[in-house]
Amino acid sequence: MIITQKKPVEEVMALVGDAKTVAIVGCNSCATACQTGGEAQIKELSAILEQAGKKVVATTIADYCCMNLGVKAKMKAINAATPDCIICMSCGDGVQCVAKNAPTTPVYPSNNTMYLGEAVRFGVWEEACRFCGDCVLGQTGAICPITQCAKSLVNGPCGGQKNGKCEVNPENPCAWIKIYERLQATNQLDKLMQKREDKGHGDFAYPRTISLRGKK
Amino acid sequence: MSILKEALEAGKFGITAEMAPPKGYDFTEQMEAAELLRGKVHAVNVTDMQSACLKATGLGLCIKLKQAGVEPILQMTGRDRNRMALMGDALAAAGFGIDTMLALTGDHPVVGDCRDAKPVYDLDSVGILNMLTKMEETGLDCGGNEIAGGAPKFYKGAAVTPLYDPLFLQINKLRQKVEAGAMYIQTQGIFDLDVFKRFLEMVDKAGIKTHIMAGIIPLKGAGGAKYMNENVPGIAVPQDMIDKLAAAAAEGKEKGIKGLPAQLGMEMASEMIAKIKDEKLCDGVHIMAIGAEKNVPTILEKAGLSI
Repeated sequence: MIITQKKPVEEVMALVGDAKTVAIVGCNSCATACQTGGEAQIKELSAILEQAGKKVVATTIADYCCMNLGVKAKMKAINAATPDCIICMSCGDGVQCVAKNAPTTPVYPSNNTMYLGEAVRFGVWEEACRFCGDCVLGQTGAICPITQCAKSLVNGPCGGQKNGKCEVNPENPCAWIKIYERLQATNQLDKLMQKREDKGHGDFAYPRTISLRGKK
Repeated sequence: MSILKEALEAGKFGITAEMAPPKGYDFTEQMEAAELLRGKVHAVNVTDMQSACLKATGLGLCIKLKQAGVEPILQMTGRDRNRMALMGDALAAAGFGIDTMLALTGDHPVVGDCRDAKPVYDLDSVGILNMLTKMEETGLDCGGNEIAGGAPKFYKGAAVTPLYDPLFLQINKLRQKVEAGAMYIQTQGIFDLDVFKRFLEMVDKAGIKTHIMAGIIPLKGAGGAKYMNENVPGIAVPQDMIDKLAAAAAEGKEKGIKGLPAQLGMEMASEMIAKIKDEKLCDGVHIMAIGAEKNVPTILEKAGLSI
């Protein structure tokens, strides 16, 4: 899922600025799981806003703030309340999708969008994928070197590990040692001997659109 | 032709030193060291913002060394420059007659002194070597476009850390570096010949054919050695060496003589070099004096070594 983290309240309040009326859009998907955009967080932010003298004129929670059609339906009530601004408690995509559906109202994020990651246990999320667009997991024992190696090295480790830990953050194990151990455990060490073709970055210029309906 | 290449391919014992550009734009100290090194070593590595600490760019010092008659080795890391910038530097270097380089991945900016810098890593050491090899073979740049006047040729090198667990990973990366065009290899500092010999056996076993130059770091004192043990990956100074350095410091204090540990460090380095050469363990040595380049000629003299 997309891992989000709450922005400091002061930053959100600075974005709201002089607006007197505010609407809040939460997200029932990743942001709810991350405790950054669910029912509880909407209530919490509403209370903070009210305390600061703002009026929360409408709140809603979309199933997925990243799905335009669903958001469109939810935004009818929000727009009808004519707030001075809207706070979207979702990921960066959700904020943009909500804004598309509120053409004349400023939309502000309450979260920072961190990464694609995994809830390894309750309240702990680890980064897992950096959307490189050229998945190498089949060669690397299903451990992503693009994400788990701080230098995104694809040809094996640098010399910077110390006692199996990364030079960049000694709390992290060296991704390539993990890959080595995994490939050893799955009897696939030969995969490390295979040459990896450099595909460059030319095909990954953003923003991209993927359409099952042919060209955009 | 690369002087280092000439020496190694003729079966001579290669000798290289290492130098960092200034953190500033006054190259006086570097040029003074260059004067002392001229004629004593085959080439001098110029580091590329080593330890991710900002310095004048290596190409600048390489040009200055070349003009002073000292053969530079242009170290290139993938940390700060994408493939275009790296290739551009390679072309500029060639324009100044610089024909020897060494590819490294590069320490991450967060371990250095400009931690807000964006890490690039478009290419790692293997990628840099592959890019230059392809350029030489095809005469084309990294976008597949013709290079005016043809591509320059470099004597390409890489680095390796012999003390590494699991060693398989270092050997495997070494193999990739050699396949990508590395023709000589400089190692991380060696302090234990048994570790080095085990590494060489593994290289042999893997069927990797290249010129290996043993990394030599002259120790300056017990404190520095301990610091390196704790902080520098791949470095393990044996305790007896540290004890001897500490004893030298104590002796110096007692007799009121300065610099005894550094002197001992130089002797240890000389002994190590002589042993490596006498036992024909590898093809040369790479001396990393870390700011004390002026000592390199003495170390070589004590080891009975010349180019």
